[in-house]
Amino acid sequence: MTADRKKDLVRVAAGQGFWGDWLEAPRRQVEGGDIDYLMLDYLAEVTMSILQKQKERDAKMGYARDFVGAVESILPGITKRGVRVVANAGGVNPPACAEAIRAVAERAGVRKDVRVGVVTGDDLLPRLDELLASGHELRNMDTGEPLSKVRDRVMSANAYIGSVPIVEALRRGANVVITGRSTDTALTMAPIRYELGWGAEEWDKLAAGIVAGHIIECGAQCSGGNCLYDWRNIPDLANVGYPIIEARADGTFDITKHKGTGGRISVQSVTEQLVYEMGDPHSYITPDVVADFTTIQLAAAGTDRVRVHGIKGRPPTDKLKVSIAYRAGFKAVGTLVYAWPDALEKARKADEVLRARLQNLGLSFDQLLTEFVGVSATHGPLAGHAADAPEVQFRIGVRSEDRAAIERFTRELAPLVLNGPPSVTGFAGGRPKVEEIVAYWPALIDKRVVETKVEVA
Amino acid sequence: MRVQLVDIAHARSGDKGDTANVGIIALRPEWYPLLEKQLTRDRVREHFRGVITGDVERYELPNLKALNFLLHGALDGGGTLSLKTDAQGKVFSTALLRMIIDVPDAEARQLSLPAART
Repeated sequence: MTADRKKDLVRVAAGQGFWGDWLEAPRRQVEGGDIDYLMLDYLAEVTMSILQKQKERDAKMGYARDFVGAVESILPGITKRGVRVVANAGGVNPPACAEAIRAVAERAGVRKDVRVGVVTGDDLLPRLDELLASGHELRNMDTGEPLSKVRDRVMSANAYIGSVPIVEALRRGANVVITGRSTDTALTMAPIRYELGWGAEEWDKLAAGIVAGHIIECGAQCSGGNCLYDWRNIPDLANVGYPIIEARADGTFDITKHKGTGGRISVQSVTEQLVYEMGDPHSYITPDVVADFTTIQLAAAGTDRVRVHGIKGRPPTDKLKVSIAYRAGFKAVGTLVYAWPDALEKARKADEVLRARLQNLGLSFDQLLTEFVGVSATHGPLAGHAADAPEVQFRIGVRSEDRAAIERFTRELAPLVLNGPPSVTGFAGGRPKVEEIVAYWPALIDKRVVETKVEVA
Repeated sequence: MRVQLVDIAHARSGDKGDTANVGIIALRPEWYPLLEKQLTRDRVREHFRGVITGDVERYELPNLKALNFLLHGALDGGGTLSLKTDAQGKVFSTALLRMIIDVPDAEARQLSLPAART
């Protein structure tokens, strides 16, 4: 694959770090200053299964609908200023997502100015039995078990695809590119390599593009959001600026944000994001390249600007990661609040009483977990001895394959208000809700069996 | 001198399945070697005893003045299976910052380390 080098610098702005992120962010990124690309990451591991459920109910669904509103809010930026959009909003139904975008453009009278590129081929669900039959076991990367163990409960199966088909869509003139389960980092790396003309074997540069993608894939989490370093003094989070990558042809790049926005971009804020969800830093594996995070060099380069250089990469493996979602039983979590005096003791007593009742009912659970929020829920025994707390939240959760057992559990919490320990409140939310668990099964598959397809219209 | 990590480092954590990671970053570059020396795999495993069920791995990132720890069996099954408040391991970061280390007085003076407040 070749891409004509057109630029010395390309600016990619992040406008969404997950489905549910700030609705204002995409528009603010497009209107707040000059950018070339807007990158929107909508997909977390569990998102695909939620979208699959929606598609089963309605064949026109199964994509991140927030994306339609986001595009609507930035149409002038796309059609008049030439901002291009890359998003994995397609979920399990990229064609339907593309159709919704075309409809929005049509209504706004700019249909001819919006060229939608659609990347498909990541969805392995229709091919799953064929793949298993031909010897692809799709073993769980964590446990080693073959997928056959949960085959009948699988809801979705998607290969993580890389930057190549996105580049193809851009080369064919798409100004809105919609993918399904592409890697988060490819959404940033693809426009960078396309605009700067990087070749498919320029491993260090491709790795730099991946690191750029990792830094901005969680939106404001690198620009002051959820930043522990000096958190009290991070300015104006209400008006937080989402990050922008300014990538140069030589493989170096800056992270910055629009002038006049809040938050902060510093070596510390960027370092916190770099270590987020980190595994072995020597091998950050993607479909395009393996990046070595121990080679990343960061330097402050002015207010809200960090320069990144030195990144080394090497060829990728011959596998793609596959994200499989399967039904794994049911769960429910309920809470009550106990007040001073002796709040923790009362909460402990409530736990004891409730557990005895569940046992007397003969209910058995795969898992039963009690936490005392305000005392030990997040740091457990590390939190040390609690002082006489003003209040403690008693939080109990259960998990089981047996839905009836979970249903019955949800009826046992409220009675404690009148027939358990005293000074109890905080039950206004009603009975806990029974939730079906959709669990995640990570696996690997040979790259050559996954064929992506690009359409631009 | 007793020094608490919260005064000499910052951190962020996340999840991968039933594993939580904690990236811990020296507040000053000259404090990184101290972290590398003190925060051994064994020391961190001991810190999280009774909190996690699996082993601990450590990776060094001197370029970022950071260490990355993988805490296996930290999330009650992980992801959607977990019943924990912190099912995605978001605050294991500050749980590690609770750790108190002993630093020889001369070294502590030389590095201008703050003494533990607790």
